[in-house]
Amino acid sequence: MSRHTLSVLVENKPGVLARIASLFSRRGFNIDSLAVGPTEHPEVSRMTIVVNVEDLPLEQVTKQLNKLVNVLKIVELDPTSSVQRELLLVKVRADTETRSQVLETVQLFRAKVVDVAPDAVTIEATGSKEKLEALIRVLEPFGIKELVQSGMVAIGRGARSITDRSLRAVERSA
Amino acid sequence: MTEQMTGAQALVRALELVGVDTIFGIPGGAILPAYDPLFDSEQIRHILVRHEQGAGHAAQGYAQATGRVGVCIATSGPGATNLVTPIADAYMDSVPIVAITGQVASASIGTDAFQEADIVGITMPITKHNFLVTDPADIGRTIVEAFHIAGTGRRGPVLVDIAKDTLQATFDFAWPVPMALPGYRPVTRPHSKQVREAARLITEAKRPVLYVGGGVLKAQASAELKVLAELTGAPVVTTLMAKGAFPDSHPQHMGMPGMHGTVGAVGALQKSDLLVVLGARFDDRVTGKLDSFAPDAAVVHADIDPAEISKNRHADVPIVGDAREVLADMIVAIQAEQAAGRRGDYAEWWQQLNYWKETYPLGYDLPENGELSPQYVIERIGKIAGPEAYYVAGVGQHQMWAAQHIGYDRPGAFVNSGGAGTMGFAIPAAMGVKVGSPESVVWAIDGDGCFQMTNQELATCAIENIPIKVAIINNGNLGMVRQWQTLFYNQRYSNTDLQTSRRIPDFVKLADAYGCVGLRCEKAEDVDATIAKAMEINDAPVVIDFVVHKDAMVWPMVAAGTSNDDIKFARDLAPVWENGE
Repeated sequence: MSRHTLSVLVENKPGVLARIASLFSRRGFNIDSLAVGPTEHPEVSRMTIVVNVEDLPLEQVTKQLNKLVNVLKIVELDPTSSVQRELLLVKVRADTETRSQVLETVQLFRAKVVDVAPDAVTIEATGSKEKLEALIRVLEPFGIKELVQSGMVAIGRGARSITDRSLRAVERSA
Repeated sequence: MTEQMTGAQALVRALELVGVDTIFGIPGGAILPAYDPLFDSEQIRHILVRHEQGAGHAAQGYAQATGRVGVCIATSGPGATNLVTPIADAYMDSVPIVAITGQVASASIGTDAFQEADIVGITMPITKHNFLVTDPADIGRTIVEAFHIAGTGRRGPVLVDIAKDTLQATFDFAWPVPMALPGYRPVTRPHSKQVREAARLITEAKRPVLYVGGGVLKAQASAELKVLAELTGAPVVTTLMAKGAFPDSHPQHMGMPGMHGTVGAVGALQKSDLLVVLGARFDDRVTGKLDSFAPDAAVVHADIDPAEISKNRHADVPIVGDAREVLADMIVAIQAEQAAGRRGDYAEWWQQLNYWKETYPLGYDLPENGELSPQYVIERIGKIAGPEAYYVAGVGQHQMWAAQHIGYDRPGAFVNSGGAGTMGFAIPAAMGVKVGSPESVVWAIDGDGCFQMTNQELATCAIENIPIKVAIINNGNLGMVRQWQTLFYNQRYSNTDLQTSRRIPDFVKLADAYGCVGLRCEKAEDVDATIAKAMEINDAPVVIDFVVHKDAMVWPMVAAGTSNDDIKFARDLAPVWENGE
């Protein structure tokens, strides 16, 4: 199995996420991570979907997604030519004894403390999947009380944009 | 143009403006506002069915007879969920229909209101697309988009769910309305380089086969197919969904491939070195065990749906396009090959093909106990009603016999439920075919099991003057299931005996009760006269109860999950593949 990152431009309409989720479950494809959000164009949303499949089913995933009427465009982002980020919020046990060590770890990973309580701190970190995994490994001995992570978002490197052409079609019909 | 009207009036107006002339449906609470202006429509004939499933299948039959989008309408909740089966059926067989459903008032959506069902959510995986409309200003555009999506590209069902308050609201109706479908761009023009490559492979192949599916019928490309077949001299097989796309009587026709296909068609695919696949999708009923299907063949796969290409079988030459345009371009490409002096030589291949054809023709044994043979009945209906009639089958043994023993020389003459295998399809679908083609003779070839699922539409047929003819191939059993029990479950007939032999129900009396003419036939010598009598009656639906032998089986057969190489042309009889020369 191999991981692939798909950027899917969709019409910003109700039910689009359900259509995509339903398609994945119906066709037996597994989603590793999914993130949805707005783009520079209010009528278009962008989903970043990480799927764990062989190459042949990936072609099926892409073709089936393309058949959804609300899907405008699908681009596979290669990890070497794109920036891929996830967001992590983690609540770590930290009392007067351990707090300085925790804060040191935060510094090392260029993370941020976003909330402090007498016996815990909440840390915000962004980065690649690997970086966040490493941070979690280092924080684990202190005691992780709660952890939440976003799906991955990704964007291609360089000046080219994947939205230029597909958005023209939306503008025409809007 | 703008005009003040209600959402319901807008719906009916929009349906009229996109050219709808017939709707099959049943009213109910949430859709009631739409039925009021529908009552006044001079253009639209509403046919009041007896069950929403009947409305859906009738819309499918109408679509298949006319080549246009069929329309059905139902209310919210159970009305809408009763449409699920025909919608799923239309999705599997790429039949263009638009289903319109009423929904509870928008403020009540999500509250488990009376007769509320999330029909958009329910039908998401079985529609090409669906819509929930909660703003009357969206009704016109949505109807235009729904018909466009259903009737273009790979055709299919589209559902439009409209909230009751949206139908009741007054607004300014505007027409024409532009579509807003930036993500819907079906590709119909094939890539010329791929087509030339296909032509080159056809010319170089030693054992090519044109493997033709329902897409050729949907694209109305039968004429082009015939030209290509005759130009190349390659053999043709037509799947269950493509019966009639190429004349059964044509010498290059090897028959239907698949689980109950001819030995010649199955053998042609298995031994081929090049499959030219046109609007077909390598269904498991055609391929048998996929990894042993046509092991030596390269594949040219042309389909309008890119997702079908290399889904089940890798395509060496993928072609995305409308079958008619693909075929037209392929003809030109083959002509260019031939003009350059390159022409396929299939003489040796035809020796082999003709050997299979002659050695293993389709046939059947007459029952030894003198009971009526179901195959004989179906064969005679085909002979007497002729090639201009429509034949609409249910699902099971009778469907396979209708595919095997009626000669189809006309595109669209055979209508059935292929992908979904929906029992109960025949009666309502035949009703829809007859409405779509009122001058044609329409025969429903049905089983006694299937018939009991949807026969209430006979009332609709009688009242609405839709004189279909129904042949119940009554073996008193769920015949195909019984056949599997005979072959694979040690003749343990668990729950397949419908006991119709006790005349429960009595189909002749039932027909009479529904205002139809009921006839019964139990002897071979009466078959022709009974069919002839049915052919003479044109002012009422006719139902014939053909009481037939229950042990007849459909042959040839490739057992489910086995290789096509292991086809049996009769019980325990395997064909000899090589002709021993």
